[in-house]
Amino acid sequence: MTTEGSLSPETVLAEMKKNGITHVVWLPDSETNWLYLLMKAEPSITLVAVPREGLAYSAAAGIYIGGGTPVILIQNTGMMESGDSMRGWAMGLNIPVVIMVGYRGYTRHGVNKDTAATYTEPFLNAFRIQYYLVENSSDAPRISVAFEEAKKTKRPVAILVGDEYHGFNR
Amino acid sequence: MIVMEEMLKVFQQHRGDAIVVSGRANRHWDGISTLKNRDLSLGDPAMGGHASFALGLALAQPNKKVVLFDSEGDLQMSLGVLATIAEQKPKNFYHFLLDNEVYATTGGQPVPNAKTIAYDAIAKGCGYPAAYAYTNLESFSVNVGRIMSGTGPVFVAMKIVPEIENVPIGQRAPRLRRTKEQSIADLRKELGVSN
Repeated sequence: MTTEGSLSPETVLAEMKKNGITHVVWLPDSETNWLYLLMKAEPSITLVAVPREGLAYSAAAGIYIGGGTPVILIQNTGMMESGDSMRGWAMGLNIPVVIMVGYRGYTRHGVNKDTAATYTEPFLNAFRIQYYLVENSSDAPRISVAFEEAKKTKRPVAILVGDEYHGFNR
Repeated sequence: MIVMEEMLKVFQQHRGDAIVVSGRANRHWDGISTLKNRDLSLGDPAMGGHASFALGLALAQPNKKVVLFDSEGDLQMSLGVLATIAEQKPKNFYHFLLDNEVYATTGGQPVPNAKTIAYDAIAKGCGYPAAYAYTNLESFSVNVGRIMSGTGPVFVAMKIVPEIENVPIGQRAPRLRRTKEQSIADLRKELGVSN
């Protein structure tokens, strides 16, 4: 169930399945609430809930080295707090992992009033993490681009989710 | 207090073919292990992540036992991971905590509440079905075989004699005999993993 111009959680899940995701390492936020219900019902995916975003990178590293295909699902606030884990466990161990980041505060209309959004892209640039903005379902093919790039470069690549999944705020 | 090297020699007798994430035990484990391609020595990618890393490995390899030698400073940075592990219930995960009560690699400063914190109680409270604590080698030796032949997740806290490093980092002997990249490549080859 989607509205025009929104990002459908079904589309996001389809992108995950298309790219062979086995484990979703995540910490909930308002952007991913509706996606949670779909992921929970998907038998091919194991959900690994972590209590702090930094743990997502090390868990994903273990999953990848063990032969799985993880994706990380966190919010920009937690991503910024977990910079050293991203450095050491993801970049440091050459882990090809896509980080789907809820872009709290993002708006293309008017003035940004949330510093979480203000610092998100500068943070990624500081760590030299390539990123793609996904605002609606027509942007969804960028998710596969990110997976391909992560695999090719053996580095993390970020997807900035610039729209809530229309569950929490539907 | 338990001498780490002596404990590892006892553990080796019960290792079977388990994958071992050696953490800060690697300085001794590397000379004791007889299955080096199943050892994963990563140095210190970023403090606080070893338990979640080993959990990820255990989830991706559910038919292989995964042993982690964790350290209390590392675990204190991420105690919430115990709840994540307990929720996932990996039957193949064996979580050994080397508690020397100090940050040994930075000169031996005590970790918070070093003397009275009960890590086994925390693990149990987070939902580990089994958690034990040992302060001497004899008790550990009597029980480690039963622990390793049982199912996980299991948590084993041990009081370990600190081996404090107090020279500048650049003057210390290298801890890893293989690079972390080689260690990862060796394990993945051993497991037949090529994703």
